[in-house]
This record gives sequence, structure tokens and C-alpha cells, in this order.
Amino acid sequence: MALLDRIRGPNPLVTVLTLIGRGTLRLLGNFGAMAIFFSIAFINIFRRKQLQEIVNQVFYIGATSSLIVMLVGLFTGMVLGLQLFYTLVKFGSVGALGSAVSLSLVRELGPVLTAIMITARAGSGMAAEIGILRISEQVDALYAMRVDPVQYLISPRIAASIISFPLLTAFFDLIGIIGGYLTGVLLLGTNGGTYFYRVHSSLNMVDVRGGFIKALVFAAIVSCVCCFQGYFCHMRTGGYGAKSVSLATTSAVVLSCVMILIADYVLTSFFM
Amino acid sequence: MEIPLIEFRNITKRFGDKTVLEKVNLKIYENQITTIIGKSGTGKSVLLKHIIGLLTPDEGAIFFRGKPVAAMKKSEWEEYRSRVAYLFQNNALFDSMTVFNNVAFPLRRTTNLSKKEIDGRVLKRIQDLELTEAVDKYPSELSGGMQKRVALARALVSDPKIVLFDEPTTGQDPIRKNMILSMIVHYRRKFGFTAIMISHDIPDVFFISDRIVILWEGSVGFEGTYEEAARLKLPMIDEFLRGLEGFQDELTGLLSREAFKVSYAAMLGGSAGIPTASAALFSVEFDLLQESLGPQAAVEVLRALGEYANRRFKPVGGFSARHSRDQILTIFPHTSPDKVRQMVADFARELNQEALARIQSIAQAKMGAQARPEIYIRAGVTQVSSTDEIDQIIEKAQAKQEIVATHQGDSGGRA
Repeated sequence: MALLDRIRGPNPLVTVLTLIGRGTLRLLGNFGAMAIFFSIAFINIFRRKQLQEIVNQVFYIGATSSLIVMLVGLFTGMVLGLQLFYTLVKFGSVGALGSAVSLSLVRELGPVLTAIMITARAGSGMAAEIGILRISEQVDALYAMRVDPVQYLISPRIAASIISFPLLTAFFDLIGIIGGYLTGVLLLGTNGGTYFYRVHSSLNMVDVRGGFIKALVFAAIVSCVCCFQGYFCHMRTGGYGAKSVSLATTSAVVLSCVMILIADYVLTSFFM
Repeated sequence: MEIPLIEFRNITKRFGDKTVLEKVNLKIYENQITTIIGKSGTGKSVLLKHIIGLLTPDEGAIFFRGKPVAAMKKSEWEEYRSRVAYLFQNNALFDSMTVFNNVAFPLRRTTNLSKKEIDGRVLKRIQDLELTEAVDKYPSELSGGMQKRVALARALVSDPKIVLFDEPTTGQDPIRKNMILSMIVHYRRKFGFTAIMISHDIPDVFFISDRIVILWEGSVGFEGTYEEAARLKLPMIDEFLRGLEGFQDELTGLLSREAFKVSYAAMLGGSAGIPTASAALFSVEFDLLQESLGPQAAVEVLRALGEYANRRFKPVGGFSARHSRDQILTIFPHTSPDKVRQMVADFARELNQEALARIQSIAQAKMGAQARPEIYIRAGVTQVSSTDEIDQIIEKAQAKQEIVATHQGDSGGRA
């Protein structure tokens, strides 16, 4: 019987199930490791001698990303103004343009696009920088000097992300609403007073809070995923040295974006 | 019986299917320099990383003063680690920080010292390692040698009790190599730390090491002093050390000790009956020079002495080698002691006219125009008989040593 099995080869169904099982276990293991990594790093935010590093990281993640975030916000708002104007005009509801633009931005587009922009700009940088520190033994050097690498490298980045994401999201929303005004009011002739009145009357605190909660969750996801990928780049099986840093950076961006969208769906369904 | 400071008992470490260390037993004693030698990939760095906890063994235990490290409480472990510093093979300097910030980093992060105290200690180390002009530069703007010295300054800035040196002289020129090794000896004396070093700089590491450990295929092939290794005459060790040492002493251009032994044996074998040969032993007071001139100038003095000896005695058939850090032995085949004494006197005159002036300029470049270093060069001449071992020749010549050339401040050289 055993000989017969060997001649036939493995059952394709069993092979597929084995692969799925293995992949799932690896995925769960990685998520578990990431959760532990995030918890340790988060606790270490509150240790001494962290303030200076957190300020540095807020500058890197927050201040230097603000221009690109605002630029994207402006054009997103402008596109929304155009698209929604042509949709609403078909139903004779052009007056609701301010509501549509502001709600879309504050509840959905603002947190998601801001998070994706920061991932592309600062998240990839985080993964690459930590990865290079790892492969050049600088992480080991920190440990050898009795400096906890997670506390020194990861915690300030997580803290800075938690501070920067909501602020940048707020900037994005604000500039986006102005972008909608530029196209909807100045270009297409909707009444400016109506536009801002609708913005003011339709936005509730629940919407704003929901947007900020999303921004906070995305901050945790992006900082954790990017730092985790960089920190453990030396354990990747696909490549070593510079190649492993490159793979870690790619994974960090792709995984962060996917997780932002999944988390966005989960949070939206939860808040609705 | 002395308890080892650090002891490895049956340490085994595997990476996947590959066993890097297999049942390694090793003792490291306090206030000694222990040098680990071995071929590439035999687990030397892995062994060092176990000491600081960067790696943990798969089997076996590491003991610190007789206490298993794995059983230490967190506070004890932190206390242990605070005593240990690590100099990485590729320096592991922080690229985004200046030299000053790199050296100050461990003090800023792990101590409560004031800014003034930290700055003072950092500047002192930077001066000690002759890095003053690089203080505001980034590691990428420095040469490999300077980067190594920055890493050394960073490792020593917290006054550690145990320092792990992972190939501290890699990528250095012969003078810098010797300078770094001299600094290790100097700082070990000054601060009283225990040094554990991976190095292939033979013969210099033998001159400074109290014990050597030879790693062979993942296990300890030999552990003891160099003299013990030489006495044992194990083929494995002999072959390995000869392979590392080569034919020439990198610093001075003289013969390596192994090559010297071969030449000496050939001289004895090639002579019918008792050969008429003499030997001269030259020495400088290296420690004194290092104190007054600094490690770089002290090594320059040694190098100059070797160069001049080679230039002077090689054409007349003499062959020379360093037999300790600051002693050069020259054998003159078929030459009487009187003739050698005459040659040594001429050599001393040449030293005073050229070499010591050069040394004076090195000292002045380092210490300023007012520098007036005192340099003494001793020599002892003895007859060599066919039954003499090299150690015996050194002993006899040492007994007859006297100052042959001296340079005292602005009075110039005197033979």
C-alpha cells in the first residue's frame, strides 16, 4: 500500500490543503509576532529619554509628509467637487455638494488616503532605515551598549505615527474641503455660502471622531507593519543583505496598504 | 584555584542544519588578554556574541564568576552587561550620527551623567584615539582605519570591565594595526579590563596576549599561552600558525619568527662543525615610548628600528626578526662577536644621525615643537653556539644589553 502511494504520488487535494494550512499558520504566527512586537514597543513609549527621539520622528513622519499630504488632499477635494457636482446636478441637488464632499473626506477618503500617502513616503523609509540598521549590525550594537533596540528604534516611531496621522488627516480633510470649494464654487458656480453651510450642518462630531479613530488605527498598523518588516528583515528567506532590505520595504508598503483597506472596511462597518 | 571570569561549558550552537560550535569548553581569566584565532567560519564571532547575550547557546552553559548566566536575575544580568563592551568587526557605527555623537551615544542613553561630564569624557577618548579632526564628521566621510578607531573609542568610553574585540585591526595598515593592539594593551593596563579578542595579526597578538585559543572546526583545538602552543608542537597548530604568519613581519619588514627559525636551522645545518656566529639583541622601551609619545609614534620608532636593522645587516648576511613586541634579534653567520660589536656601534651612529631625528620629528608633529622625548636603544652582543636554542640566545644577549644610542630632548642623539 505504501509502495502504491509512493508510485501514485501525493494526493493533490492533500497537497493543496497542506499548503493552505501551512500558509495560514505562518500568517497567524506573523500576526501574533506583530501584535507582541507592537505591544512591547507601545509600552516602551513611556520610558525615560524618549521625548527627543519622538520629536525627531514626528518631524520625519509628520512635518516632512505634510506638504505631500496637503497636495493630495487638495486634488482629491477638487476631483470630488467636480465628480459630485456632475452627479448631484442630475438630481437637482447641487446644494448638497458641501455635505457630500465633507462627509466623503472626513469619514473615508481623508484617513485612508493620508495613511496610504504616509505609508508610501515615511513607512517605506522606516522599513528601509531599520532594515539597514539591522543588516549593518547597528541593531546588535545598540543591544551591546545596553540600549533596547525596540525602545530606541520602534517606540518613538509608533508614538510619532500616533501623533502625526490624526493631525495630517485633519490637514487633508481641511484642504480637501477647500479643494471642493475651488472646483464646485469658483469653477462651476455653486453658491459659496451654501457650500460652507452644508459642510457645517452635515458634519457631526461622530463623523469627525470616526475619522480620527480610523487615523489612529492606521497609524498603529502602518508603524507596526513597517517597523516589523525592517526589524526582522534579516530573517527573511527570500534574500539576504541589501536584497532583504528591498524585500522588506516592498512588503511593508504592500502589506500596510492592504491592511489599511481591510481595517477601513471593518471600522466603517463597525461605525455604521 | 582561580575561578575563571567567564567559562564556556559544552556550548553547542546550530544555525539550521549547520553546527557552528560543538561542545566548546573555554575559560577566560580576569585582567588578561585572551585572543581567539581560527579559520574563517569556525564560529569565532558567534562565540563572542554568546558572551554578551546577542546569541544564546542551544546546549551547554556560560558561567560568569562561576554563576550560570542563564540563571541570573534581570538586575544581575543588566549589571553583568554593563561591564561588557563590544567592538564589532564592521564597526557598526551609526551612519546618521557624527563621530562625537557616536562616541557619546552609550553615555547619553545609559547613564545619568551631566552633559558637561559626557562631553568631557567623549573628548578625552577622541583625543586618546587621535580623532580630534574628525569629531564633526560622519562615519561615511572617514577612512576604514578612522572608523575602526571611532568604534574603539565608543567601546571604551563607558570604561567597561570586559571588552570584546571582533577583529579590531581588520583593514588597517601595519602601523595602525600595531597602534590599535598597543592601545588595547595600554588601556587594559590603565583601566584594568579583561580583553577577549579575535585577531589574525601574528606575531603581534602573541606579543600582547596572555592566552590564546585556537578554534578548530567548531571546537577548541588549543587553549593556553603561546609558549605552551609552541612547546606542544601539534602539527595542526603549527601548520595553522605558519599559514597565518607568512614569511615577513608586516610592521618592520624583518623575517617572521617562523622564517627566522628556518633560517637559523639552515645556518646550523649548513655549517661544518661549530659555526662561528654571533647575535645582537636590540630593544626599545616600548611602554615608556607609548607613555611619552603616544601609541602611533611608539610603533613608528619600532618600525624605524626594524627598517634600519634590516637595511644595515641584511647586506652583510645577517637575518633579523622581532621576538617580542619591542625586541629585535639579529643573527650574523660566520661573524665574530667583536666584529658584530663594531657593526652595532656603526649602526648606533646611523640611528643617531638619521632615525632618531626622524623620531624627534614624529614626536614634534604629535606633541608640538616643544616635545623632547627620551629614547633609549639597547643592544647586547653574544656568541652563538651550535646547540643554542633561539630562546637561549635571547637570554644570553639580554644579559649583555646596554644602551647604545640615546636621544634626550634637544641634546640630540648620542652613540
